[in-house]
Amino acid sequence: MTGTIAFRRKAADRAMKWVFCLCAFLVVLPLFLIFFDLVIKGAKELRWSLLVDLPRPVGEPGGGIANGILGTIVITLLTMTWSVPVAVMSGIYLAEYGRGTFAAAVRFAVDTLTGVPSILMGIFAYILLVLPMKRFSAWAGAAALSMIFIPVVVRTTEEMLRTVPTSVREAALALGIARWKATLRITVRTAWPGILTGILLAMSRIIGETAPLLFTSLGNQFWQTKLDQPMAAMPLQVFTYAISPYEDWHDKAWAGALVLITMVLLINIAARALTREKR
Amino acid sequence: MARNTGGNPKDLAFEKASALFAFAVLALTVLLFAVLLRESLPALRKFGASFVVDGAWDPVLEKFGALPFIYGTLVSSFLALLIAVPLSVGTAIFINEFAPPWLKTPVSLLAELLAAIPSVIYGLSGIFILVPILRDTFMKPLTKHLGWVPLFKGPVYGPSMLAAGVLLSIMIIPFILSVSREVLATVPQRQKEAVLSLGGTRWEMIRIVIGQHCLAGIFGATVLGLGRALGETMAVTMVIGNRPEISDSLFQQGYSMAAVIANEFAEADGLHLSSLILIGLLLMLVTLVVNLAAKWMLSRMVARASRGI
Repeated sequence: MTGTIAFRRKAADRAMKWVFCLCAFLVVLPLFLIFFDLVIKGAKELRWSLLVDLPRPVGEPGGGIANGILGTIVITLLTMTWSVPVAVMSGIYLAEYGRGTFAAAVRFAVDTLTGVPSILMGIFAYILLVLPMKRFSAWAGAAALSMIFIPVVVRTTEEMLRTVPTSVREAALALGIARWKATLRITVRTAWPGILTGILLAMSRIIGETAPLLFTSLGNQFWQTKLDQPMAAMPLQVFTYAISPYEDWHDKAWAGALVLITMVLLINIAARALTREKR
Repeated sequence: MARNTGGNPKDLAFEKASALFAFAVLALTVLLFAVLLRESLPALRKFGASFVVDGAWDPVLEKFGALPFIYGTLVSSFLALLIAVPLSVGTAIFINEFAPPWLKTPVSLLAELLAAIPSVIYGLSGIFILVPILRDTFMKPLTKHLGWVPLFKGPVYGPSMLAAGVLLSIMIIPFILSVSREVLATVPQRQKEAVLSLGGTRWEMIRIVIGQHCLAGIFGATVLGLGRALGETMAVTMVIGNRPEISDSLFQQGYSMAAVIANEFAEADGLHLSSLILIGLLLMLVTLVVNLAAKWMLSRMVARASRGI
């Protein structure tokens, strides 16, 4: 009798082990399916012209997504020019000075923003910039993206600065360095790899964001470098091509997605490698 | 505020400057709520509370009710949780308790990579990989044999509530998984060893420990995943079918709050625009409440774990 119970318990143990193993398999399986198809279907259209040519109308062979690549780079850099200083300085404030109700309110705001669905940031930029300017623009797109970028980077900056031991700050102050200089030159510099990782991860996130751009930068068929005009972006192009009814546009969507994911993952992996090396 | 500045005016200036940036972040958040509220007022005044229970959405007749979108968002999100939570918890247990050391890092790294994939690429894979697979191997046979069950009623198109739920589940797994792993890691080693030393198998140890210790945390992780799923836009837009109807069947096309904003916003004006913004505001408030609840639950769990109870 005891033998069967022991057997049953052991069998249950072994069975559950396989169930958990299966769970893990099912979790990573989609990743392989997605990448497999991205590479197989994306490679079909992946030619040099894809990276340097403008989109062509349906049915015309060739054509590329060059304006989308350029647009994504422009909008991303534009977003970061003001978002990085705002976010890093806010993070410094929260980590180095942030006590009391004001800091608590800022932290709550940052937490709130982090959870707001990204499409809401598009609405926000639409109301504040597109309606008054009466046109879709790269400015509005960048404004929407910065609402996603800033809270993430504020949080990581604060967390990274907190990992710097107090003794480091005290050592700097004991040497007679002014506090602001000690903060920038010693504390921030010590935490910098971590902060940079946060910035790069946020960057890789906004490069792939589509929803906030739908009605802010809108997209464009042509070259456009004026920031007050609608601008193309890779994720928008992938979306447009994917939901179109045309077979050759579907191929372009896959190729565009392959380029997009390559960019996103390269930055993502670089960001992670940065902190790993440090350890 | 002049503490520790030692009277150095530059120190004070630096502190004030950084406070100014922090204030800007706070102001932007307030502005976000204020602007959305102001722009949604026309719709709020016109429809009032009936907005959330009215099922008609007709831009031509200027009749706007958000019920089909709310329904679609809720059903697809809960469906996603139904799939994602068991898989994530199972994977978390696998990585933390069973996996050989050489397998731990790759599995958790791959799962983290899932979070890095842009939503539009999930949508693309959804349209061309997931929907055909679901349609041919799952939906069609089920409709044929179990079509009398309301949940599985045909006709089968492909894009559907089910497709949206499955796709969403893949997208929220990395978040639930990483929180679940943290929750599992809070279990004191002594407790696990106590069960094992009494002759318990690993599975019994996990059952006892999770039942005792981790349920609240896993619930927190679930709510966090819900917060993610509710606001997801592109992937859902691409596979849910975009039809503002309420159907019992998971195989029918639906619509979600975020999806209707994505599809109609650029061409909307007047009351239509205001109604879409009101949907956005509702979505934001619900997500906010859900996220706060998740945070509260998890912080309570962590507090309890640190007290060693």
